[in-house]
Amino acid sequence: MLILSSLLLFILLAAARDEFQEELVIRPLHSGDIYASFQFRTLWDTDFLQEGQKVSHYRLFPKSLGQVLSKFSVRELHISFTQGFWRTMQWGQPFIPSPPGAELWVWFHDTVSDVDGNWKELTNVLSGIFCASLNFIDLTNTVQPSASFKPLGLGNATDHRFLRYATLPREIVCTENLTPWKKLLPCGSKAGLAVLMKSEKLFHSSFHSQAVHIRPICQDEQCSSKAWELRQTLNVVFDLHTSGQGKKEWSLFKMFSRTLTEACPLASSSKVYVDITDNPELFELSPATPLLGQAVVLGDRRTYSVYDLIMPTSSMVLSPCALGDMLRPLLHAERYVAGFGLQTGEIHTVIYNNHPYRAFPVLLMDSVPWYLQLYIHTLTVTSKSRDNKPSYIHYQPAKDRHRPHLLEMLIQLPPHSMTEVTVQFERALLKWTEYTPDPNHGFYVGSSVVSALVPSMVAMRTNFTQDQPLFSSFVPVKEESSYFVRVYTEPLLVNLPTPDFSMPYNVICLTCTVVAVGYGSFYNLLTRTFQVDEPSPPLSKRLANLIRRMRGVPLLT
Amino acid sequence: MAAPLTLLLIVAVTIRAVLFRSSLAELISARVEVVSPLNAWKRVVEGLALLDLGVSPYSGDVFHETPLMIYLFHFTVDYAEIVFIVSAYFFRKQKYALESDRYSADCLELLRSPKEMFYIPLKVAMFYLLNPFTILSCVAKSTCGLNNAIIALFIFCTLKGSALLSGILLALATYQSIYPLTLFAPALLFFLQRLYIPVNLRRSSFWFFTLQYAFMYVGSLVVITGLSFFLLGSWDFIPSVYGFIFSVPDLTPNIGLFWYFFAEMFEHFRLFFSCVFQFNVFFYTIPLSIKLKEHPVFLIFMQIAIISIFKSYPTVGDVALYMAFLPAWSHLYRFLRNIFLVSCVLLACSALFPVLWHLWIYAGSANSNFYYAITLLFNFGQVKVFTTTWLTNCEWKNRWRNKVSLFINLY
Repeated sequence: MLILSSLLLFILLAAARDEFQEELVIRPLHSGDIYASFQFRTLWDTDFLQEGQKVSHYRLFPKSLGQVLSKFSVRELHISFTQGFWRTMQWGQPFIPSPPGAELWVWFHDTVSDVDGNWKELTNVLSGIFCASLNFIDLTNTVQPSASFKPLGLGNATDHRFLRYATLPREIVCTENLTPWKKLLPCGSKAGLAVLMKSEKLFHSSFHSQAVHIRPICQDEQCSSKAWELRQTLNVVFDLHTSGQGKKEWSLFKMFSRTLTEACPLASSSKVYVDITDNPELFELSPATPLLGQAVVLGDRRTYSVYDLIMPTSSMVLSPCALGDMLRPLLHAERYVAGFGLQTGEIHTVIYNNHPYRAFPVLLMDSVPWYLQLYIHTLTVTSKSRDNKPSYIHYQPAKDRHRPHLLEMLIQLPPHSMTEVTVQFERALLKWTEYTPDPNHGFYVGSSVVSALVPSMVAMRTNFTQDQPLFSSFVPVKEESSYFVRVYTEPLLVNLPTPDFSMPYNVICLTCTVVAVGYGSFYNLLTRTFQVDEPSPPLSKRLANLIRRMRGVPLLT
Repeated sequence: MAAPLTLLLIVAVTIRAVLFRSSLAELISARVEVVSPLNAWKRVVEGLALLDLGVSPYSGDVFHETPLMIYLFHFTVDYAEIVFIVSAYFFRKQKYALESDRYSADCLELLRSPKEMFYIPLKVAMFYLLNPFTILSCVAKSTCGLNNAIIALFIFCTLKGSALLSGILLALATYQSIYPLTLFAPALLFFLQRLYIPVNLRRSSFWFFTLQYAFMYVGSLVVITGLSFFLLGSWDFIPSVYGFIFSVPDLTPNIGLFWYFFAEMFEHFRLFFSCVFQFNVFFYTIPLSIKLKEHPVFLIFMQIAIISIFKSYPTVGDVALYMAFLPAWSHLYRFLRNIFLVSCVLLACSALFPVLWHLWIYAGSANSNFYYAITLLFNFGQVKVFTTTWLTNCEWKNRWRNKVSLFINLY
């Protein structure tokens, strides 16, 4: 039975040359939370962008995404929906970082002539596919970063005219977004690891992020053949304390309220990794597995217990007793707004370098909406209370109602230090129709992105192997001594002064009144002639004159 | 004459210097009544910083000054305070020339004595230099002071009779902010009066001189604009400066009528009302020129007052400009109606502006309507000031002509 199914799989794979892998990584965190990261990867050896030939036979790769790629000549697409904020200092670095809300960045192919038009249509189509309000992405919140978002897949693109980046910090993620995301998987939510993804438990968590990453990659070291890779990732952090568990004990059933039954028949590999690096002898995994794997990810060598679902197994229980020290994240960033009142303010971004002796440069990218007018001459960067001048500044000022500010800086962080970047801004008064229905809630400013190549304490693997776990092969590693990290800061909530929304008619009337008073006085003075008038005589004189007239006698003067 | 003037100058410079060095300078340069998006010093510094970064200052929407201004401040940015004080000094030079305009008559109770007339330039200088509005404007380093200086120099050259200089300075003033275009008519009328050319559309001498003056004015304007183009290498400054003045995209509150009106405007009517409001400034030129063609100096005063009230981004510096002219008509003081009421209104509004701003923006206990109401009242008071002045000027003319007691049948 098993031989037959594997033979069938082999034939199918040989014919269509696409491949599907799924994995789940469970890592207990030091704060008592559990981090679960699902990754589903589909590799397909085809060319969406070739002229003339339209790809029509889809098997594992979802057709909706394939059509999107070919219609809009997309080379790379990265979209994520996140609910919650990743707490780097308590939880460590995530495998795949994402900012709160929705984030979309796309590299278009060089052949595209109207990138803005394609971007507009792409956001609307994706908004339909993912049931999210991505149609709010328009030119007023789209930027073209020059250095922060280099392609993660193939391609030596340097022309950032083909890159578009937008973020919607106000976007809320819910079941409506999870369902179409699950539908993109080859097995849906019926078999394999996706069975665990039930929304009641997934959204009852501290952090939830689902993402889709599409990029072209090399299939081997010499890059003789290229393939399209679709990765769907779901990162969840469960807070065991709030979910009612007194003791530090978790099981798959307790976390997801489901158990794993079988692997997805279309998957070539289906694995569950449990991170047992911290005090392995104190852990008790049930059912135990003799399979152990080691991987270097994010500058840290970690040991994992590997469960392969192709060989069926039962549900897992783990009872840890105590956890050792967490590796302190080397790069961490925070952001907040300072100042009082509704006229001005200051944005402070604080970046921490926790490496004890190495300094390294970071690229900070800030995209601020146009209604907060930044004053770049007030930009100050201080490290250890001394001025730290950035070596590269790319600043594109905002155009009112057309595009946001974009500020990118390359800052050298001294070892074991805190660097503070401050910029002053002024808040604009908008037209009354430009406010959201709840204007006193405030306006969101998207997260800053800090990208860096952090020096690693452990040598990273640069050679390319097919059997690497998915979570360690997301970001291409170019050199052994450093790894790429992207940190997102908090989004900001800023209040703007509001006009009185009940007053349009009154304002028009009153202002026109004042103008009319001016006009009326002018008209009066321009057209009136002055003439001399005799003052009217007193009453007695008038009566006397009346009598005199009757008598026919000359009048008094 | 020189001694009191020098004393006045020293006092004015001292006050400004003291305020520059104190902590109030920061506070004043952030006040919306004193600076506007067009002439704030912070934006000039921002424009210079953008130029240093290699980005065109007009690529964003922060900087709305003309290119010549950038280059002026590029070299003098450290001495900016001195530049502003010097421009205040230039202003009062022109006041001397006003004397030549006065008619001599023998109706003593209606006119000032020659002794009084002697002191008018000093009074005018005092009104301008010691006016709190001007001091605030100067300490805030608002470029409004420079604009006022250019207009004052233009008036000086006009009164001195130099048509070429007057044309050049008027072109410079128009280049800075487009509204001084309306001052072309009174300047023309003054020159015609001075050269004894009657204002008759059928006379060729009239057209000859008009064309001459217009040519000088338009020529200098073209030269200045071309120079700006060559300084920065693009025409970006035209939509950024003039497009900004006309279309009023920035709704930062100020003492004018535009901001709240356009903040609450229905989208459908926005274009219509912008056109109406801008037309309102230029519209009064022709009727006023016809009515006041024998009194071009008074016409200049009226035009400046209209510009200061109805322009798109007024500040207290603009108000101070026309208020400085008031002592030139000191013979009207006896006859000004409601002057007490109007001056009380203006004083009270000036005091209430910062209070209600604080309540709206910082305390959060008032809303924008409070500040808007004071704006309305302030502008109403200003309208009353110059219509009253005009009205009493008409009355005075009549009295002077008829020398009889008058019964004026007005509203």
